[in-house]
Amino acid sequence: MNPPQSNPTPTNPPAEKAQAAPAVVVTVTLPPAGAELLARSTLPFRAVEHSLKGYHLDATVTPDQVAAAAAELDREGFALDTITGVDWLAESQMEVSYDYFHPLTGLRAVVRSRTARENAEFPTISTVFPGATWHERETHDFFGIGFSGHPNLAPFLLPEDATYHPLRKDFVP
Amino acid sequence: MLKEQITDTAPSEAPRETFVLNLGPQHPATHGVLRVKLTMDGEFVTRAEPICGYIHRMQEKMGENRSYAQFLPNTSRIDYLSAMMYTHAFVGVVERAAKLQVPPRAEYIRVITSELNRISSHLVWWGAFLLDLGGFTPLLYAFDDREKILDLLEAITGARLTYAYFRIGGLYNDVDQAFIDGSRAFVSHMRPRLKMYRELVTDNIILRKRLIGIGPVSGEMCRKYGASGPVIRGSGIPYDVRKSEPYSAYPDFDFEIPCFTEGDSMARYLVRLEEIAQSLRIIEQALDRLPAGPVMAEKVPRVLKLPAGDYCYATEAARGRFMVRLVSDNKEIPYRVKLRTPCLSNLSLFEEASQGMLLPDALAFMGSLDLVIPDIDR
Repeated sequence: MNPPQSNPTPTNPPAEKAQAAPAVVVTVTLPPAGAELLARSTLPFRAVEHSLKGYHLDATVTPDQVAAAAAELDREGFALDTITGVDWLAESQMEVSYDYFHPLTGLRAVVRSRTARENAEFPTISTVFPGATWHERETHDFFGIGFSGHPNLAPFLLPEDATYHPLRKDFVP
Repeated sequence: MLKEQITDTAPSEAPRETFVLNLGPQHPATHGVLRVKLTMDGEFVTRAEPICGYIHRMQEKMGENRSYAQFLPNTSRIDYLSAMMYTHAFVGVVERAAKLQVPPRAEYIRVITSELNRISSHLVWWGAFLLDLGGFTPLLYAFDDREKILDLLEAITGARLTYAYFRIGGLYNDVDQAFIDGSRAFVSHMRPRLKMYRELVTDNIILRKRLIGIGPVSGEMCRKYGASGPVIRGSGIPYDVRKSEPYSAYPDFDFEIPCFTEGDSMARYLVRLEEIAQSLRIIEQALDRLPAGPVMAEKVPRVLKLPAGDYCYATEAARGRFMVRLVSDNKEIPYRVKLRTPCLSNLSLFEEASQGMLLPDALAFMGSLDLVIPDIDR
């Protein structure tokens, strides 16, 4: 039905052509509290469109900065949302992402950090947020990531004699 | 009552020693398999250490070895009492990443079923909590009302608790007139029941003596531990994901966030009962304005490959903030699924907050946190 000139390469379906198109520039609209925080924060935050990602501010820091980042967000009135790891096996890196939410303004901030995969260790933020104790224990359970300064990194959800870390991508049951 | 008030009158030569008391993992007050290692000084708790993981199922690993649609039913088995909001967060994160537009009718029905689910969850808590405190009768009333919700939801979803009614891009099926009429009938049935509950239970002097001033949790403590839901709203902070990160059709409705400043078990009790009334308001508005149209997005790909990156989606579940954090590497199965559950954060403040409490008060306090153990252990 289509004239031939409208579909010069029949092997290339329209869906793939759409994917190859250049990425649309996204305009980020931060709530006023987010823009103010972005302006005064010492953290390398970048603004993110919440409707696309589910958070407003995103920062990548080095492992030795995560506790200082937690302390700054604590001063700003953020609450600890969760802590979790991601195993980047192909790049031989471990990532830990710290999620925060602001109970009054509703802002969401993510602080993430990466280190070498073997013997990955991050400083604990449980001195700033006591609620981090359990999240860090869980991250240690699942990924084998250490948290220096943590009061007790005993298995949290896994059995008390567990020596394996099931969310590592090379884990074999 | 605090320990200092009693030890003033105790003989000064009384021996001071502590003993370890094991609560659970099988105990009626823990509502599931939660173990708490209590260090006791007589009747007083000096340390309460929750020990979690007895029903850990490694849901997050299961998420990494099956497709998005296949993992969806798992999310309704995390907190089996408010499964709608959990499946909502999961389909929400996939829709956000795939940029799927959900039809307005589907969003409205999602709100109606979620709020019905919230009421049924609060009713289970209400009955079971009062059972913990020694009152058996309210449970029968609560389950009677809840049964009406379960029947309504069963007729349209096919399940009584573990719903997989929300699908990526919309809903499994449309609602029929019987559901709309039944939901209206439930709203008008529930309002006088709430008044009766207030007169029979909330104003009861024994209940008030058990709850007022017991287990005070400050807003600052909630923030430090990431507590959310009725726990933070009972501590004076009106934090609700439906307002702070509006999702689905919630911006269309007029409702309030119940908030009490006392921070004690009574405040958390009142927040939940007031929330039932607000949920009824939302359901009524959504039924009045239910738009016509399809309940499934057009062109939902059969094989979903989400663009690489991480995506979050949070919903206000019955117990607080539930968030799915998804990491995609543009394959058919997720690279990482993190399930951020409210009960884990809400329980994590128990050790600090329960220090120095009488054991029966500590159990009342634990009941007021409304714990669902599979939600902690995942």
